Amino acid sequence: MTRTMLLVGTRKGAFILDGGRGRRNWSVSEPLCEGWPIHDLQWDPATGSVYAGGGSAWFGPAVFRSDDLGKTWTHSSEGMTYGDDGPKIPTVWNVTPAHGSIYAGVEPAGLFRSDDDGKTWTHLHGLRDHPSREKPGWQPGAGGLICHTIVPHPTDAEKMWVAISAVGTFATEDGGATWEARNRGVVDCNSPDPHPETGQCVHKLVMSAGNPDWLYQQNHCGVYRSSDGGRQWEDISKGLSSEFGFVMGTHPRDDASAWVIPLSHPEEGRVAPDGALAVWRTRDRGDSWERGSSGLPQEAAYVGVLREALSVDRGDPAGVYFGTSTGQLYGSTDEGASWSRIADNLPPIWGVQAVEVD
Amino acid sequence: MAVTVILPRSLVSLIPGTSRSTEIEASSVAEAIDRLDELTPGLRNRLVDSGPTIRQHINVFVDGEMATLQTPVGPNATVHVIPAVSGG
Repeated sequence: MTRTMLLVGTRKGAFILDGGRGRRNWSVSEPLCEGWPIHDLQWDPATGSVYAGGGSAWFGPAVFRSDDLGKTWTHSSEGMTYGDDGPKIPTVWNVTPAHGSIYAGVEPAGLFRSDDDGKTWTHLHGLRDHPSREKPGWQPGAGGLICHTIVPHPTDAEKMWVAISAVGTFATEDGGATWEARNRGVVDCNSPDPHPETGQCVHKLVMSAGNPDWLYQQNHCGVYRSSDGGRQWEDISKGLSSEFGFVMGTHPRDDASAWVIPLSHPEEGRVAPDGALAVWRTRDRGDSWERGSSGLPQEAAYVGVLREALSVDRGDPAGVYFGTSTGQLYGSTDEGASWSRIADNLPPIWGVQAVEVD
Repeated sequence: MAVTVILPRSLVSLIPGTSRSTEIEASSVAEAIDRLDELTPGLRNRLVDSGPTIRQHINVFVDGEMATLQTPVGPNATVHVIPAVSGG
């Protein structure tokens, strides 16, 4: 039986929470990664290493690596540059191990790969070479022009999807050499042309377990599904309290189940609607949604939940976890039917990743 | 003649092997940082951005005067590397 751990990125360092074998009585580490702002942490099951991506206002971007579950860390940004004439890179937004490599999404939006466990980095320039970056141009969202999500194909190392705010979803089928925009059917509600090739503000992109053709996204302008690897999208926001939100997670085994946390509209605070915090689940790929709030605050909870801050473990039943931008961490061990507060008074939470460790 | 480089505590904590005060041979700020990077690889990336320029929120002083990478350092100079208040 495995231990469940939560890798939590915050504005003031990373934290590792250990829920043991029962996913109860969580212990909280001290601040890790020297207290740096950390957007995203991931665990590489192939090596047992933890990776953390972030950036310091003083010392620049870095990917931290720990080979002992957070006791000691190294860090590097060697090669993480667009060249001396290019824009400066302030921070890493996503770090994702896949097929023996480590990928990092950065701000301003671009993708880097490391083939030596994070020691050195190579720019995969094909993404920034996409013609849409020049015309009509890539525009930032409120969080910046950021490559915030990386979704590798589970078995084919040549295939990968990335999501950029406020540009959209892109896919490669040649290992990152060339990329195709995949935003057809996704509305850009901030443009006079609601269906441009790019410009859609995807907030989170996730893949259905065991079915890589099925993708979901929480977008600035709605929740969407795709059954063909993102070539065509369909709005599945109907029934939700708001089409706006940041996070989305999928079930580890049931390819029809996913969770979102709707927030009030972008011009109205981006917090739990009416101060009542709830996680919504679909069991039918978005045809219908059910609201889950048992154990969550239902009065004056004007909290936000940012794009990397929800994760689903592989337990049975699956555990679902999310962190707020005001430092609360909530968990459910019954797939969202009931919730409890795992931690409070953490710094603003940016990323949550649930992992199972032997 | 040796130059004395004073690093901030936060950088020493970040990069094992570094010291708050190190004496090296260098004739410019850039050269001083390069020498330190040879002693403790990775240090240059924490202080120098593309350009190359000193990172926006890092201040470097040579004998008390604000410096750039190109600033010469004379014999017995003291180079202070200090995180700027503007960084947060």
